Amino acid sequence: MRLRGTMAVVTAMVLLAGCASNEGDEPAGNGGSAAPGVAGDALTGQLTVFAAASLTESFDRIGQDLQARNPNLFITFNYGGSSGLATQINEGAPADVFAAASPATMKTVVDKGNNAGEPVVFVKNQLVIAVAKGNPKGITGLADLARPDLKVALCAEEVPCGAAAKKALAGVTLTPVTLEQDVKAALAKVKLGEVDAALVYRTDAKAATSDVDGLEFPESAGAINDYPIVVLKDAPNTAAAEGFIKFVQTEGVAVLTDAGFQAP
Amino acid sequence: MPASRRRRQRVPAALLVPALLGLAFLVLPLAGLLIRAPWATLPQRLAEPHVLAALRLSLLTATLATALCLLLGVPLAWLLARVEFRGRGLVRALVTVPLVLPPVVGGVALLLVFGRRGIVGQWLDQAFGITLPFTTAGVVLAEAFVALPFLVIAVEGALRGADARYEEAAATLGAGRWTTFTHVTLPLVAPGIAAGAVLCWARALGEFGATITFAGNFPGRTQTMPLAVYLALERDVEAAIVLSLILLVVSVTILATLRDRWVGAA
Repeated sequence: MRLRGTMAVVTAMVLLAGCASNEGDEPAGNGGSAAPGVAGDALTGQLTVFAAASLTESFDRIGQDLQARNPNLFITFNYGGSSGLATQINEGAPADVFAAASPATMKTVVDKGNNAGEPVVFVKNQLVIAVAKGNPKGITGLADLARPDLKVALCAEEVPCGAAAKKALAGVTLTPVTLEQDVKAALAKVKLGEVDAALVYRTDAKAATSDVDGLEFPESAGAINDYPIVVLKDAPNTAAAEGFIKFVQTEGVAVLTDAGFQAP
Repeated sequence: MPASRRRRQRVPAALLVPALLGLAFLVLPLAGLLIRAPWATLPQRLAEPHVLAALRLSLLTATLATALCLLLGVPLAWLLARVEFRGRGLVRALVTVPLVLPPVVGGVALLLVFGRRGIVGQWLDQAFGITLPFTTAGVVLAEAFVALPFLVIAVEGALRGADARYEEAAATLGAGRWTTFTHVTLPLVAPGIAAGAVLCWARALGEFGATITFAGNFPGRTQTMPLAVYLALERDVEAAIVLSLILLVVSVTILATLRDRWVGAA
């Protein structure tokens, strides 16, 4: 195990050195001896993907699939709140791909001119009401959340899930006990039993089925979140970045829909 | 006067260079904030009501948390410094746990004890109808949990450094332990307590992880300045910088004033 890890690091360093030096040379240097059975346009080198926290499980699987087909490709994921990731990118973080949980967050990167090409929407996500397993409080719909005996957590408006919740809640007056900093934190409050309900993405509820139930509600149709993805302007590995996005939109669709996302 | 001669001697470069590097390391990020601050829009950003609400809440909760820490921490420090008992080393180590625990984990731990389903929280809810998470009292509790070790360590250090002969003299004159504590020990270590309280207050003021986990985030009730800074960062870096500057200016002003007045010579 340790030997394999060391070798991976050494290989990665060699590849990095290769990337740095073959700016003007023949790029075939490290990609030329592609493993048998791999298509001619094999992806190589280091690829850094910044992705919204809600994509964690899906992108991990997609990344594994892609690396299995491209043995010389090494993908590093940085998951987090989309807005925080956008700030990191705008402050110069070295990333190749950015996948955001909302067009508004993507816009902050595009506005600073840090994108290469137009962002494309690759999935959509919808809100559900996350409640404790078995729905002990008998919540049936959005209007129930205004009940005085219930404690409700929402995401803060500054983050995409909060913006979506605000849209979905138009017309419902409700006082949450807390406005959480991201969707996973809101879900954690339900898991711990500190709140009775929270508005989270369908994918997050689905990833936590052992602890929570996700109740669909019709108003969520008016607050669907588009997830855009883009290659970044200062991407160290543009070829692999484009290959990754293409893979997400083709083979990756099954993984994403399996996790509860909707195709765009 | 040997002391003044020592002061006039040249400072060795081996000490001066790392000292200045250390100072630069601490101060440069602050300069970074000042350089990036949007000075033009500063006045209107300062006047935003949620900023003032967060600042007021921060000052209030940090002060209450410090009061709570004084109430519990000074006796705890006295116990550790003056009473010999088995397992004192272990207790001393336990006191520092909140220092090494990631504050977010501290917040979860507090939920497991004082939360709605927590061991103590459940009882509080049933017996008195008190629930601590998502309340201002919860913020105070989270801040006190993280800040208490700073006070205990400072006060215990002061107690160990204090001359125990005064206490012994009081005892031989017939004073009980309580009278000795209030009339001799407390005045003796007052500067140490003040220094510990200042440190404790500063830590409570900057508390983020335990607060957002245990008390949540709601403007006016549990949204302290660090929480407001974090969420502002999600939307607008400049707003976050402004909020950070306010917090810095207020805390540095208060700390500098207190240090001169109370801690002074110490």
